[in-house]
Amino acid sequence: MLGTARSQIRVLARDPLLLALILVIFVCIGLFVIYPLVRVLLASLQDREGWTLANYALFAERRLYRNALVNSLGVGTLVGVLSVVIGYLAAFVLTRLDVPGKTLLHYLVIVPIISPPFVSAVSILFLFGFNGLITKQVLGLQDFSIYGFHGVVWSQVLTFAPIAYLALRGVLASISPTMEDAALNVGASRWQTFWKVILPLSLPGIASAFLVVFIESMADFGNPLVLAGAAFPMLAPQAYLEITGTFNLPRGATLAVILLLPSITAFAIQRYYLSKRQYVTVTGKPSTSTSKIVSGPVKWLLYALVALFAAVVLLFYAVIVIGAFTRVWGFDYTFTLQHFAYVFDVGFETVADTLTIALVSTPISGVLAMLIAFLVVRRFFPGKGAMEFGSILNYAVPGTVVGIGYILAFNSPPLILTGTLAILVLAFVFRYMPVGIQSGIAVLRQIDPSIEEAAQNLGADGVTTLRKVTIPLIAPAFFSGLVYAFVRAMTAISAAIFLVSADWNLMTVQILAQVGSGRLGVAAAYSIVVIVIVLVAIGVINVFVNRMSRHTSMVRF
Amino acid sequence: MAENVRIVGLSKRFVRPDDPSRPVLAVQDVSLDVEAGRLVTLLGPSGCGKSTLLRMVAGFEEPTAGEIWFGDRRMNDVAPNRRDATMVFQSYAIFPHLSVYENIAFGLRLQKLARADLARRVDRVLEMTGLGGMAQRAPSQLSGGQQQRVALARAIVMEPRVLLFDEPLSNLDAKLREQMRIEIRELQQRLGITSLYVTHDQVEAMSISDRIVVMNEGRVEQVGTPTEIYSRPANRFIADFIGKANILPAVAAGPSEIELAGVRLALADAPALAAGAPLTVVIRPEAIAIAAAGGAIRGRVARAMFLGSIAEYLVEVPGSEPWLVDSGNPGVSPLFAVGEEVFLTPAPAAIHVLV
Repeated sequence: MLGTARSQIRVLARDPLLLALILVIFVCIGLFVIYPLVRVLLASLQDREGWTLANYALFAERRLYRNALVNSLGVGTLVGVLSVVIGYLAAFVLTRLDVPGKTLLHYLVIVPIISPPFVSAVSILFLFGFNGLITKQVLGLQDFSIYGFHGVVWSQVLTFAPIAYLALRGVLASISPTMEDAALNVGASRWQTFWKVILPLSLPGIASAFLVVFIESMADFGNPLVLAGAAFPMLAPQAYLEITGTFNLPRGATLAVILLLPSITAFAIQRYYLSKRQYVTVTGKPSTSTSKIVSGPVKWLLYALVALFAAVVLLFYAVIVIGAFTRVWGFDYTFTLQHFAYVFDVGFETVADTLTIALVSTPISGVLAMLIAFLVVRRFFPGKGAMEFGSILNYAVPGTVVGIGYILAFNSPPLILTGTLAILVLAFVFRYMPVGIQSGIAVLRQIDPSIEEAAQNLGADGVTTLRKVTIPLIAPAFFSGLVYAFVRAMTAISAAIFLVSADWNLMTVQILAQVGSGRLGVAAAYSIVVIVIVLVAIGVINVFVNRMSRHTSMVRF
Repeated sequence: MAENVRIVGLSKRFVRPDDPSRPVLAVQDVSLDVEAGRLVTLLGPSGCGKSTLLRMVAGFEEPTAGEIWFGDRRMNDVAPNRRDATMVFQSYAIFPHLSVYENIAFGLRLQKLARADLARRVDRVLEMTGLGGMAQRAPSQLSGGQQQRVALARAIVMEPRVLLFDEPLSNLDAKLREQMRIEIRELQQRLGITSLYVTHDQVEAMSISDRIVVMNEGRVEQVGTPTEIYSRPANRFIADFIGKANILPAVAAGPSEIELAGVRLALADAPALAAGAPLTVVIRPEAIAIAAAGGAIRGRVARAMFLGSIAEYLVEVPGSEPWLVDSGNPGVSPLFAVGEEVFLTPAPAAIHVLV
């Protein structure tokens, strides 16, 4: 093994630029991914006197912490199950059935992905809050409370079901329609075909989607902060309150570590167990074929359920739009522009800050993601597995943990970054890089390695090969990584809330602050500004991609 | 321009990722000389190490031991992009984002060639490979055979010191394969570029090579001209791998005589045998005459197949394994029927004794 490492280093030494790049990436991952986590762990094992396990003993002593853990796990599990059911249903209907309006429904279902993750919480307050449209105006309820378990679960399902939908869409697309044909051909009934063939084939994908949603739910900060309420403590907001409320860093760090454990476990199962068990029965071009395993009435029933979900999404976002233009929700429904006036007047700096941070961090994370994907797939060097793991680890680390880690790590020499633009950019770059890395890895694995060898063989060195062959080929993955990084940078809250300062503030933090002080109209106006910016950015990137792929003479795989 | 390629004691050991304690010896101590301007084929079953050997020559794999020389330059530590040994890949490895023209011009552009020179060289190669009207096409618009030509054109436009072919025709259908191997051979001879050609197809190897290197399990089994390899295989593996063969046990009956299936047969060239020694002989099926009467060895037809240009018989011979016999021009007379008695006579010159 040592001999292999030595020969790998010898090969690398021929390309010093590459070697330097690898070293720089290792240092960055160590400093901005691993080190903050280590600091969180260390902080949780300390109090004013020194090393101790007292912080963890509090879980046994104080019901508040125990409840927070139980509540977070319970919500995560239920949200995972509901999201997967909705996601699978929507994926099946929208990929396999011949129904009208599929494209429209697809976009409606994924709208929540591009909006700040707690917009649905704001909508729920508009609809079911103390002054809610449905609870107060329509039903006339006086003492109904949406806060607590129900509120968080509904809000999170609406937020995260689209993620499950996208994942399961991929899973269903990778199951060849000929599987159905084969099962029917040997005499299986429709129900048996689904139950014995399609469902088992999608099971690893379903489990994987469940774990992804579970991780997201555990890590979610905005929805619980808005909707959980004091009687229903949850881990992520509790850790935040410990730090900002009582300035108890060790206790906050302890909650962060507890929050981290289930997420990392779920991530490890998803990545190292399930991902190897997913079936791909389609190779090459995915063929589209209509499923024959549902009868007419069942088809329309399933379709109606998906349409219902899309209608709920539509309702929630319509409420946000109306709320943003309504003077005082629940009392005075006259049209007003005052909330937007506030956003662009008082809050303009925040809008500019948010855009700056997103525009700076997005390209860095996009480029870094492609470099890492390239190194992981195409180059051999010692510690390659560690690089891949380290670079995507943050995907599973709840933002709250990252935020606490960054203030612990970069609030003291040698690196003092708190309060700067840099700390927000670094947090975003290393947090939102994993998706870019994974799509980069997927695309690179599909590109025949001999295409790059051919470039070398014709005289191109490593950098030229990358520039003239590899980059043009992975451009689609690069741009989808960019879109993801930009959307997340615009909508981030959980890590960012620890890192914002008077100089650099974010719209999402403003939205939460407005919700906290009961100014839902301003919160809605901010949300709409965020969504519009994200849509414009996606549009711009798409135009760019289309133009580029036309210039590079019809690249199609 | 053409240079000889010299490979000295080359070995490659791969470490299995799942079991590092049992490394794979892909290539073991291979030495080889390719004369300038010749085409030498590396032939062997899949997994015999021929592609690994080629990839070491190209610089894509690092040898565990041994040396590679182009002329008087040792290539071991030369990066793949500086070796000037262009390759035609099995998968063609055409850049999917570039047009046919840009694919072929790729290497020349890196050399910062003057525009006019570049255009002249690309156009010449386009013409040479019959891609004349397709310069502006995208690779996805090309057929398999055309993609193959692009890969070939891209390699020869560099006027390299060495041309490498990694099973270049294995993805083509039979007819096209036959046509392309004639074209490759003609181009190679016209340009006089020293070439190493990897294939597992023995017919391909025989039809295009100056010399064939037969490999098995990482080692060289035999080096020779196609004729030598076919009619004088060095061992049982080669006799079996190249073409069809009857590999039969026999006994030396005299200095230039053997006893085979109870019958004494004279050999054309005498390898000075000690009488009574057991040995193995190789007789190609087409070197055996089959007749209804009047021959050396009596047998009975167990299977008869009409294959167009030949008829293939399996003949049971008492005291021997069944013999495979090919009889040429079978369309003009009726085939021997299964069960019919026949007489077999091997041509003395075609009886090859394995030593």
